[in-house]
Amino acid sequence: MPPGKPLTTGQIEAQLDDYLEVEFSFLKTVAPAAVLATLKRQEQDYIIDWVKRVASTNIQLAYQFINQAVTALDQLDRRTIEAWALYAMDIYDQRGLHPALAIIQNVERFVKESHERAFGSVLEEEIGILLHFAHGLSGRKLKIESAETAYTDSETVFLPPVTTLLANRNDNFLCYKAMVACLWAQSRFGTFRIPLNEILGQQQHPEKFLPLFHAFESVRLEAGIKRELPGLFRDMVHIKQQLAIAEDDSWLELTRALRSPGATVSDALSMTHQHIMQLVAPSPAVYHGILRPELIEICLRARLEKEKAALRSALIQMADDMQSDVTESDRQSLKFKAKRTEDPAEPDGYRMSITLDDQPLPLPPDIESLLTSIQQDLGDIPDDYLVPAGPGDYDPDYIKEQEADPDEVWQGTYHEDGAFLYKEWDYQRQHYRKNWCAVREKTVGPVYDDFVSKTLSRYSGLIKHLRKTFEAMRDEDKLLKRQVNGDGIDIDALIEALADARDGSEMSDRLFTHMHRAERNIAVIFMVDMSGSTKGWINDAERESLILLSETMESLGDRYAIYGFSGMARKRCEIFKIKSFDENYDNEVKARISGIQPQDYTRMGFAIRHLSHKLNEVAATTRILITISDGKPDDYDNYRGQYGIEDTRRALMEARRDSIHPYCITIDTEAKDYLTYMYGDAGYTVVDEVRKLPLKVSDIYRRLTT
Amino acid sequence: MGTRALKTEEYFIETEPYYESVGDEIAIFEAAYKQKLPILLKGPTGCGKTRFMEYMAWRLKKSIITVSCHDDLTASDLVGRFLIKGGETTWVDGPLARAVRTGAICYLDEIVEARKDTMVVIHPLADDRRVLPIEKLGEIVQARDGFCLAISYNPGYQSVLKDLKQSTRQRFIALQFNYPNSELETGIIIKETGVTPELAAKLVKFAVMTRNLKGSGLEEGASTRLLVHAAKLIGEGVTPVLACHTAIAQALTDDHEMLAAINELSSSLF
Repeated sequence: MPPGKPLTTGQIEAQLDDYLEVEFSFLKTVAPAAVLATLKRQEQDYIIDWVKRVASTNIQLAYQFINQAVTALDQLDRRTIEAWALYAMDIYDQRGLHPALAIIQNVERFVKESHERAFGSVLEEEIGILLHFAHGLSGRKLKIESAETAYTDSETVFLPPVTTLLANRNDNFLCYKAMVACLWAQSRFGTFRIPLNEILGQQQHPEKFLPLFHAFESVRLEAGIKRELPGLFRDMVHIKQQLAIAEDDSWLELTRALRSPGATVSDALSMTHQHIMQLVAPSPAVYHGILRPELIEICLRARLEKEKAALRSALIQMADDMQSDVTESDRQSLKFKAKRTEDPAEPDGYRMSITLDDQPLPLPPDIESLLTSIQQDLGDIPDDYLVPAGPGDYDPDYIKEQEADPDEVWQGTYHEDGAFLYKEWDYQRQHYRKNWCAVREKTVGPVYDDFVSKTLSRYSGLIKHLRKTFEAMRDEDKLLKRQVNGDGIDIDALIEALADARDGSEMSDRLFTHMHRAERNIAVIFMVDMSGSTKGWINDAERESLILLSETMESLGDRYAIYGFSGMARKRCEIFKIKSFDENYDNEVKARISGIQPQDYTRMGFAIRHLSHKLNEVAATTRILITISDGKPDDYDNYRGQYGIEDTRRALMEARRDSIHPYCITIDTEAKDYLTYMYGDAGYTVVDEVRKLPLKVSDIYRRLTT
Repeated sequence: MGTRALKTEEYFIETEPYYESVGDEIAIFEAAYKQKLPILLKGPTGCGKTRFMEYMAWRLKKSIITVSCHDDLTASDLVGRFLIKGGETTWVDGPLARAVRTGAICYLDEIVEARKDTMVVIHPLADDRRVLPIEKLGEIVQARDGFCLAISYNPGYQSVLKDLKQSTRQRFIALQFNYPNSELETGIIIKETGVTPELAAKLVKFAVMTRNLKGSGLEEGASTRLLVHAAKLIGEGVTPVLACHTAIAQALTDDHEMLAAINELSSSLF
């Protein structure tokens, strides 16, 4: 269709008034409309369409966007304009109106930054590779996080979000890699074995001391990297050349001793003391990062204590594993010793192992890495680490990371801490809102009442029937006849073939029987609506359905899990575990089913995304996600009507892309309108009476999987 | 050299296979063999289980019948079956039955892969009865003196379906295999491929890096076998980084990020 005549100021103003809700916002649209009226129709449509999309996020933002977009249209291609608008909306989602307005108002800066991003290396994109890279390097498993500059607290490597110093992307990535290696080297080659923070506190000129020490230490670490990772060292030289960093000869001469394999952090320290008055530290290479002694000290102190306790607890466990009847006094008298085994590959020249009564102890991998970590910090395993934990201070939790209690975290300030973050589709924006839903997993509190037994006795006839039909679906060995190959001879076929041969016809070679095993390899998650609207008999029907379903699933042998979902706005999305794949259908699970309580609202997208993720982790040829619901997606914020339906549909599309089969069982008799749109024609069943739900669910599952 | 076709029970290993002992596994195997006890080899893939069996067969001067188990391997594949010859059915022994009759070593590689019904024939062979029931013939075959049953199993597979049952594992003498220590592994690579000690040491270091990644994205680290492959490629003039990429990284994973990370590790090292 050819573009029509340009819109007049009046026409544009009317459209803008509508999108910008001027009745409430009191924005003046005359001036921008007049500017837009001078454009070609295509350009007008383009900008107005984007104004509409941005307005769905925030009206002020959209208003500013019009004013800037007309100028931007001359300078930028459309892809960049779209990226700019979307970026501003992302920033709005994350940080609110003012930072977003700043993006809209400063299009030049956005262009400059996007240019940098095109040539630079972005941490967000590379973090997966860098993390694996860091884990592959030996020693303590480091985490990676984003920060203003590169540094480490000895457990986490902090890296800047973008690296743009070098001319191309590849080199910038190398720069990241070099940063990771240099910060890793601090742990690996024992930078933290001196109490740096304390030493710094004693200095008269700490501001001179720290850079000089860092420079000397970096020389030592780089030499270590050169020995261990010569390929990476070449990359580091390459980076230095690109940045035209030259080291003068006197510095090279001065630091020669630090390059020898035997040099330790104390050598770097004493050189610092020696030269602090007469030398100014050369500026560090970009990938060296900075030293943060205060953070290292905090981290180190916590770790030392934790690891000591963890090792002492682990010793007890190992002692128990070896002999089952150890008494408390026996435990205390066990003689654990640390032993050094020579290993030239280690920077210390040896690695630590543990012996019990002079016999080497086989160590599980987690204890092995614990020892490595302790050795990295201390260079040895001190004797007081080798005393098995006494009564009372044995706590296996020391070994595991403590997980925060979801209920407590909700109330805290950092309430996104540790939550799963999922994107959400905004149909008006025609784009995802990133990290939009904060999702937490909780477990339904078990209620031990007579609900389960009542249900079982009420439906005992049905359960028997369902079990029978389900059992018929189980894996069956089928004897295939007339096969070319097989375990036995198909006598009928053989006689026929021999008769054929006598007769002069060609003899068939299909003379064998073969036992064929038809394997059902299905994993299914039942996703149960726990919104407030299920209160009362719907909730009862859901719980009854789950009991019947579990009873029958047990006879079928498919792997299944049951999760509930509910939420109150995007910051409080909750998944309730009722039965995970690994759990058996035991009394606890039954009590959890009994304990299912209606919660808040029906936000569905996050639940589908989260559970799809879970399904993907299960090895099965067929994966099914069955939703049991009572109505439309709906939540307290704007997750209602079209928005909720569109996001749910999008989440289902994502699930299908991961070859998950979604299906919906609903009791909403008006569901046809929206469920066809979300699940497709054959993707749902409406159960018209609530009390029939328990009878139907198992039956629907049976039909679905045969 | 022309190819030879031999009956499996006539296959003897004539030249000494290269095998570096890591512990006292040779002595234990010999003791178990003398006492007619079946043997279970545990350990990750490519750490030398099969090579050990070949070495022991050579050492004991016994023929060895190796069966690589797969998920469609049935009891009749091991015991034997009727075939049709000229209008009549004739019985043909399977590899296990041949080993039992001739007194050879039968090595069932990756036993957990086989169908569960194979256990029915393995169990009576693996206890003091040492008999193989052949149901279809109505026979029970007593194993000849030299017969030895060995199975291997990789506990690294975390699948519940691929676990060895207690009733099976408690019949065997178990030998744990692991990757050899760096020094030994370096020696193995040098011996197998003739590369320089420096290169072999670097390859071992690279293997350790990939083994560090086990559990955080990789199912298994690089095995000694893969290192030998890479070293052979390098011996043919392939650059070390490329050799590590094709012989090791690509063999370990299909995941893009992981591949990229492993490549970064190898390019850092060489």
